[in-house]
Amino acid sequence: MYELVEKKSIGSGVTQYEIRAQRIARSRKCGQFVIVRALEHSERIPLTIADVDIERGTITLIVQAVGKSTLEMTRLEKGQGFADVAGPLGQPSHIEKYGTVVVIGGGLGTAVVYPQAVALRNAGNKIISIIGARTKELLILEELAASVSDRLILTTDDGSAGMKGLVTDALKMLLEEDETNVDAVYCAGPVIMMKHVSEVTKPLNIRTIVSLNPVMVDGTGMCGGCRVTVGGKRKFACVDGPEFDGHEVDFDELMDRLTTYRDHEQKTLKRYKDHECKLRQQ
Amino acid sequence: MSREEDSVERSEKPSAKERMAIPRVEMPQREGRERNKDFEEVNLGLGEQAAIREAQRCLQCKTARCVEGCPVGIDIPGFIKLIAEGDFLGAAAILRKDNNLPAVTGRVCPQETQCEVKCVRCKTDAPVAIGWLARFVSDYEVEHRSGRPKASAAKTGKKVACIGSGPAGITCAGELAKMGVDVTLFEAFHKPGGVLVYGIPEFRMPNRVVADEIENLESLGVKIETNVIVGRTLTLEQLTGEEGFDAVYIAVGAGLPSFMNVPGENFKGVYSANEYLTRSNLMEAYDARADTPIIRGKRVCVIGGGNTAMDAVRTSKRLGAEESMIVYRRAREQMPARAEEVAHAEEEDIKFEFLTAPVEVLGDEKGWVKGLRCIRMRLGELDESGRRRPVPIEGSEFEIECDLVVVAIGTRANPLLTKATAGLKLNKWGYIEVDDNMMTSIAGVFAGGDIVRGSATVILAMGDGKCAAASIDRYLVGRQNG
Ligand SMILES: Cc1cc2nc3c(=O)[nH]c(=O)nc-3n(C[C@H](O)[C@H](O)[C@H](O)COP(=O)(O)OP(=O)(O)OC[C@H]3O[C@@H](n4cnc5c(N)ncnc54)[C@H](O)[C@@H]3O)c2cc1C
Ligand code: SF4
Ligand code: FES
Repeated sequence: MYELVEKKSIGSGVTQYEIRAQRIARSRKCGQFVIVRALEHSERIPLTIADVDIERGTITLIVQAVGKSTLEMTRLEKGQGFADVAGPLGQPSHIEKYGTVVVIGGGLGTAVVYPQAVALRNAGNKIISIIGARTKELLILEELAASVSDRLILTTDDGSAGMKGLVTDALKMLLEEDETNVDAVYCAGPVIMMKHVSEVTKPLNIRTIVSLNPVMVDGTGMCGGCRVTVGGKRKFACVDGPEFDGHEVDFDELMDRLTTYRDHEQKTLKRYKDHECKLRQQ
Repeated sequence: MSREEDSVERSEKPSAKERMAIPRVEMPQREGRERNKDFEEVNLGLGEQAAIREAQRCLQCKTARCVEGCPVGIDIPGFIKLIAEGDFLGAAAILRKDNNLPAVTGRVCPQETQCEVKCVRCKTDAPVAIGWLARFVSDYEVEHRSGRPKASAAKTGKKVACIGSGPAGITCAGELAKMGVDVTLFEAFHKPGGVLVYGIPEFRMPNRVVADEIENLESLGVKIETNVIVGRTLTLEQLTGEEGFDAVYIAVGAGLPSFMNVPGENFKGVYSANEYLTRSNLMEAYDARADTPIIRGKRVCVIGGGNTAMDAVRTSKRLGAEESMIVYRRAREQMPARAEEVAHAEEEDIKFEFLTAPVEVLGDEKGWVKGLRCIRMRLGELDESGRRRPVPIEGSEFEIECDLVVVAIGTRANPLLTKATAGLKLNKWGYIEVDDNMMTSIAGVFAGGDIVRGSATVILAMGDGKCAAASIDRYLVGRQNG
């Protein structure tokens, strides 16, 4: 059992968990993830390690409750534990001194890019962060992002906070500014967003690193469920990634593969909610 | 199991002639079309009288050819003799001397190419059912033993880490614990057992059998730590360094799935056998209420001819497929699967397309698999493996309609641990090189099972684990004295 040390809500439906996992905390490098089973019967799901506290021997995960597994997770209370936490998995982020880096987080992707922003800044880069969400309530980690950024741009689809529009609008705006010279882009979020960001930067030849989120089972390279096509070659995102060159990724294939279990997910979620409902009525 | 009334046969010693007259026993099994709808075990196991009678068929050969065929040299006539005498626990003890997982190997060993093929009775009628007898005594032992094994040797004060909890790791850990070594078994998954739990399905290898062996290990004092991926959670250097292990045994298997490299392999509805079986077995997706999803095809094609392919295709039937078929590029005789699995698959209405190789996976406009384009093959010259090489017949392409494709064409070495470990010598395929003592290029680090041999068998992995334990013991003692 992996003790839940701290738990707090950081946005609508988004929870931050601090879990005791000494060895993972010590080995983890920026960009790596864990595979988690909240309860004995839960699915194995991959989650980015947003932060670690080596002294406390803990790792921090930021999770949006969207399906049964992640909803069940929110029921766990401080002092209880996660059934299984395995990692750290995947290749660490590629961090180097580029000059100016634009770090783009869409929705929960912010939890993925925030640690990258920290590492990139420590490597001597100037950081411009773009954080986007559909609406104000769904923006997360703005304060943390602000603390590591030389400049922070918020965007919402509906204009309820920051700039009205998509993260790509903010990126295009930056690229048009004479005084800003963008040397690299790091990006995580919905696949469609990563695709559009990569399309914006490709003609300009700006190095773009995206963090992919395919379906995973083991996370150690033994099932191939996480396979993605990068530069025409098959890669296993769990061991070769999760970060890849955005100009090489076949995003359409990834988007399509991500719909594989949509029906099942909706069914399990419905069953879970109905069950919860019944419990409450009793 | 009730003891049958007349125990005449137990006391009587049949003459050689009488022995020769007994026909080979038949394994009681559930009917094909009934069992292909659930995940309960296919073979029901022999009863006591049937086992005794079968044991009496053994001629107790002076030079027992069967033993030569056994990769770990089990005293086969020895344990069979005790069965014939009705001393089942005694028989189990003999088995266990050379085989730490008899209930496992009794179910999955390819006896028809190992011990049974060598049995002298092959020449006259049919071989003694050595595998079924082994399974019988081990199951009997589980039900009737007085307690679990305990480590009685004095503690050596030495610490060994075994990495990977498949048959190789389990065996090595158990043997070392019996010698008084403090053993920790690290496993990447959340549940120990290796291929026995994530790969081989319940209808062939019930979970309780593996769980029982794991409990035996714990009773011997082995500590089991799941969710530890060596190379990621801990490095090998950390194990021998700060974690203070005196020696390490690497038994991580060969779990990297191969794909066919044909167009369309990334359509939804194409699984590697590893993914398909892991979802169904380890994640229990065969239960419709499970959280972990699995695609339940209506028409399923499984590519390959090994045990993995048989397990996958039989699983698909149990998950509700109307038609499940094997697509194999060679001929029936060349299938590497155990003969019994092939026979069972046929009884379960599995179709076979031999001499057929997929050239493309076809998908619909929504990205789901809708078929397989194949080409017919003929057998040509002998290849390196001594089998006739399949050669495509030009112009023979045709399509098979299906909505799920499972690729079971083999696995390779997973580089996760080996890449993260400097100084570990590998061969050109990425498997770990070991010397005669099963030691790797790093002193004190040993390896065995599939990560050394390439995909092999449970019994060979187990044999490796046992040899390695002896070598590790010698190494530890040598270092202490030296
Ligand atoms: C579906 C299927 C059916 C089979 N049927 C038969 C059969 O009928 N008869 C037969 O004899 N053989 C059969 N085999 C082959 C047999 O299962 C293997 O040869 C045998 O299991 C190999 O044992 P092992 O101990 O080397 O490795 P495995 O059983 O593969 O166990 C390795 C373990 O190590 C773990 N691991 C991997 N990497 C790490 C790491 N870095 N850190 C920690 N742990 C790690 C894995 O999760 C796994 O649990 C079958 C194989 C498959 C896949
Ligand atoms: S070869 Fe056959 S008959 Fe002879 S000892 Fe072995 S099992 Fe018995
Ligand atoms: S998650 Fe199984 S190989 Fe990547």
